[in-house]
Amino acid sequence: MAHFTKATSVKDWLNQRLAVEKVEKVMASEYWIPKNINFLWAMGMVLVITFALLLVSGIFLLMYYVPTTEEAFYSVNYTIMREVDFGWLWRHVHGVAASVVFLIIYIHMFTGIYYGSYKKGREMIWISGMLLFIAFSTEAFSGYMLPWGQMSYWAGMVITNLFAGGSLHADFLVEWIRGDYVPAQAFLGRFFMLHVLLVPIAILGLIGLHFAALRIPHVNNQDGEEIDFDAESKKYLDGDKAGSKVMRFANDFMSKDMMVVGVYLIFFFYLVFYNYGFAMDPVNFDPADGLKTPAHIYPEWYFLWSYEILRPFNIDLGLALFGFAQVIFVFLPFLDRSPNTVPANRRGKAFAIWFWLMLVNMIVLTAMGKLPPEDPYSQVGLVAAIVFIAQWIALPIITSMEKKV
Amino acid sequence: MKNKEPIILVVVVFFSLLTYYLVEPYAHHVMHKHVDSENFAYADLPAITKTGDATRGGELVMGAGACVGCHAIEAAGMPAAMEPQMAAASYGVNPPDLSNAGAIYDAKFLADLIKNPAHALKVEHKFDANKGQMHPMVGFYGAGGDIDQEVADMVTYLQSIAISPADVTPAMAFENACGRCHAMNYENWTQIGTKPKFKHEKDSLAFDIKVLEYQDSIKSYMGKLPPDLSMYIRSRNEQFISTFVENPQSHLAGTAMPRTGVTADSMEKVIEHMKNAGDTKRHERAEVGKNVMIYVIIFAIFALLWKKQVWRDLH
Repeated sequence: MAHFTKATSVKDWLNQRLAVEKVEKVMASEYWIPKNINFLWAMGMVLVITFALLLVSGIFLLMYYVPTTEEAFYSVNYTIMREVDFGWLWRHVHGVAASVVFLIIYIHMFTGIYYGSYKKGREMIWISGMLLFIAFSTEAFSGYMLPWGQMSYWAGMVITNLFAGGSLHADFLVEWIRGDYVPAQAFLGRFFMLHVLLVPIAILGLIGLHFAALRIPHVNNQDGEEIDFDAESKKYLDGDKAGSKVMRFANDFMSKDMMVVGVYLIFFFYLVFYNYGFAMDPVNFDPADGLKTPAHIYPEWYFLWSYEILRPFNIDLGLALFGFAQVIFVFLPFLDRSPNTVPANRRGKAFAIWFWLMLVNMIVLTAMGKLPPEDPYSQVGLVAAIVFIAQWIALPIITSMEKKV
Repeated sequence: MKNKEPIILVVVVFFSLLTYYLVEPYAHHVMHKHVDSENFAYADLPAITKTGDATRGGELVMGAGACVGCHAIEAAGMPAAMEPQMAAASYGVNPPDLSNAGAIYDAKFLADLIKNPAHALKVEHKFDANKGQMHPMVGFYGAGGDIDQEVADMVTYLQSIAISPADVTPAMAFENACGRCHAMNYENWTQIGTKPKFKHEKDSLAFDIKVLEYQDSIKSYMGKLPPDLSMYIRSRNEQFISTFVENPQSHLAGTAMPRTGVTADSMEKVIEHMKNAGDTKRHERAEVGKNVMIYVIIFAIFALLWKKQVWRDLH
């Protein structure tokens, strides 16, 4: 057993038992961040704040939500929206945050791709991040079922149907997932459990992994520069704060994080109070009705690009390509064969075009995924889906031909 | 080194807004038919050319017009002859009490309705007299004089007994124009009226049975049970509801829902009532929203100042 002495202060008492000073150094004051980064590096903190908003608002909603097909819609739209003090606020915060969190995730992802932050020892950061993306997608989808409105019901119907595997007709699998022939009580109960327990636990674990993955390779910077963190941090600690290439996480970088968070919160609460419609689909304010199919069934905006990869093809090919689109991003660090860890625009024409085309094409897919499957939207969607697949096939080829810069 | 942050911000904002524009305004514009309001002018209906006389109108309504054979007029001391569910069993839907019809509905609409109900209500696709499909309300064929004069008299009479249009409350407008077909559960409204608080469950169940009987009639009359409108202000938007009520056929050709003939003023009150049911916290939202925005702007200013202070030593 360690030797304990009589504590001289509360801090000393804690130090002897929890090494709080050491922890503070490791996590904050001597957690070194490169200086040549921009506000896009604050998206991690923005995500943490958004996740906290989701968690807190979710806890309040959970107190009044009733996970039964009879009561769910009423508990959300009457009890929470009308009866509970500020229930409407928690719901709007939760709904808007659930949508905005994906906007920030996509910005965070494309930042990573642009600056090559998945390369040279940073593969696990990328992979854990993509696992978080999958976990957040599951969380979003399961949460969308809970108000038990028309879109909950029919999105649940459509997405669980995918598990029949097209011509495989694995209907038993669909029934097994639903616990019924159609989405009903068993289905709602299961997705409720996933949403409030299992998936949040997975997300918390993955956030831990994501942070841990950052520890050894350190944060990337906007020039892909390899920094000697030991030498630079020594410089900083010796007093040459301006000359050092690194800074403390707290308070140095955190003050910038908070500045970005401040601007973000203005945007976020503007949406919560004045422009929440995009995140709370009107169709879902009609109670679920298994006998009435809505005129247009579409997923929330953040799933549209992958939905559009499913839609233009016949069912089997569509499902295969949909599956491909779901997992392919995870393999990015291994498909990118280039030796360069620099911003996309400095890696030569081929990759620069690849990056910007990927971004624009995913926006095209997103738009076509929402529009009804008619001409000319389906043709545009078909071309965009083919371009998406072709880009991933081309990636190892164009990156292995890339010159070292 | 050049500060690239402004250009990065422009790129991020541009692509975010582009995505937003495509999946929200643009996609909805493609998916949903846009119908412009005609400001409840009911231009397809003939104008009333004669000046009505309320006294003669009253005689016609009570006498030759035979209105009170089916309609109650509480304001004139004529209570309903039957309970709503019984009336609905006979007519398909409970004929409305006419006390405030003159205040809630457009005069031209009322005049056309008296002469040719299926035409005014825009349900001629459902009720074609030539095919033997009679509208439950029989048109007025005239009491022997100038039919246009007689109709004008009746409309004037209805206006004379009604309360002032300014005194129509949102709930009255809704219950009168919508509430005999549509329930509004969150406001405790059923098609046969507001459900009272009963002391005994037996009485509560007896009331529910009447509602169910009423709903059975209206189901066979309309083809399906008209939806509960509690959350319609959120599931549809104001513009949709307003233009749909003005002319249901414009959005949904062939629908069994009749044109109700409300005035523009009554429509605003109906919308107000729907907000009172489905968006009760809108005033609180505006108030809290303002305060939260002030708070986060102050927060952002302090965060900016803190950043500037911390970074002074870093450059």
